[in-house]
Amino acid sequence: MATSAVASHGHPPTTTGLDHRKVAIWAFIGSECMLFTSLISTYLVYKGRSVNGPFPHEVCNPPQCATQLKPILNIPVTSVSTFVLLMSSLAMVLALAAVENKDKPGWAGTGPWGRALASSRLWLLMTAILGATFLGFQAFEFTSFVHEGLTIRQNLFGSSFFTLTGFHGAHVTVGVLWLLTLLAIDVRRGLGPKDALLVDISALYWHFVDVVWIAIFTLVYLIR
Amino acid sequence: MAHDTHDSGHSSTSHADHAAMGEVHEHPNWGTYKWVALILSVITVIEVWIYYVPAFVASRLFVPVLLTMSAIKFAIVVMFYMHLKYDHKLFRALFTGPLAIAIVTLIVLLFLFGHLSIHTG
Repeated sequence: MATSAVASHGHPPTTTGLDHRKVAIWAFIGSECMLFTSLISTYLVYKGRSVNGPFPHEVCNPPQCATQLKPILNIPVTSVSTFVLLMSSLAMVLALAAVENKDKPGWAGTGPWGRALASSRLWLLMTAILGATFLGFQAFEFTSFVHEGLTIRQNLFGSSFFTLTGFHGAHVTVGVLWLLTLLAIDVRRGLGPKDALLVDISALYWHFVDVVWIAIFTLVYLIR
Repeated sequence: MAHDTHDSGHSSTSHADHAAMGEVHEHPNWGTYKWVALILSVITVIEVWIYYVPAFVASRLFVPVLLTMSAIKFAIVVMFYMHLKYDHKLFRALFTGPLAIAIVTLIVLLFLFGHLSIHTG
């Protein structure tokens, strides 16, 4: 079995028969689950304990705030950015499918949509653009918060919120750079089925960033 | 559109080997991905919609319903986009093990320090 694994998968024989790189990315994602849960726990433990405003969902009246401040979280904008990140996951699975099936002409159909589905460059680029758009929304949100008086040092909400969402934004940034690297490789020499594992690993990372945001969106933005 | 995790050039023998190891490689196709994206979008719309319904926000169902919908979205992405439903059970263990520990830790912390804490005097 080990010998056939070398022949068909292009990775050395392992005791599990699985590629070590894929085992490693799942182990990494498992550890990342713990990291983000610790950050989310911190946010939830400190929730509602800020002495000074601005507050996430409540109006801040004097004397807690010099002037009356409205709830600071902008749900419509964050909802759009959440939708953008969800759609980037769709683009990512289509990029992986295109790479895995590159040696099967016509697998996605022959029309314009079929040709688009089969283009790994298109979907890698689309995923990177959607990820960058999400980062743009986050930059807008952070900037507007600072203008409204919420900084990382303002109160417990600011400290835990910026730490949590900042860590997530840093992960998205790494993901976008990773995607752009894959796109550059695809443009230079083309990605094919033999590279599917590389794209699969980056896809797993990207989807993990997406599921973390699913949790953050509900726990931080929607639950009052 | 049958995909393989590592390589598209699998022989039937290789598939049989992996099936014997509990590693299944049949990934979803565009049709499935499209429906998954639609379901995720609809759930997100419902989440945001109920946020703006004051009567529902005031009810005891608000938090459980939001948490349930979030968990469903989480599970759908993990199963279908991360292909955990179709992959080797070791990967499932590597993900769900730490996730379970993390969730238990979160709940315990909320009981100790957060809104679920019990004040005994």
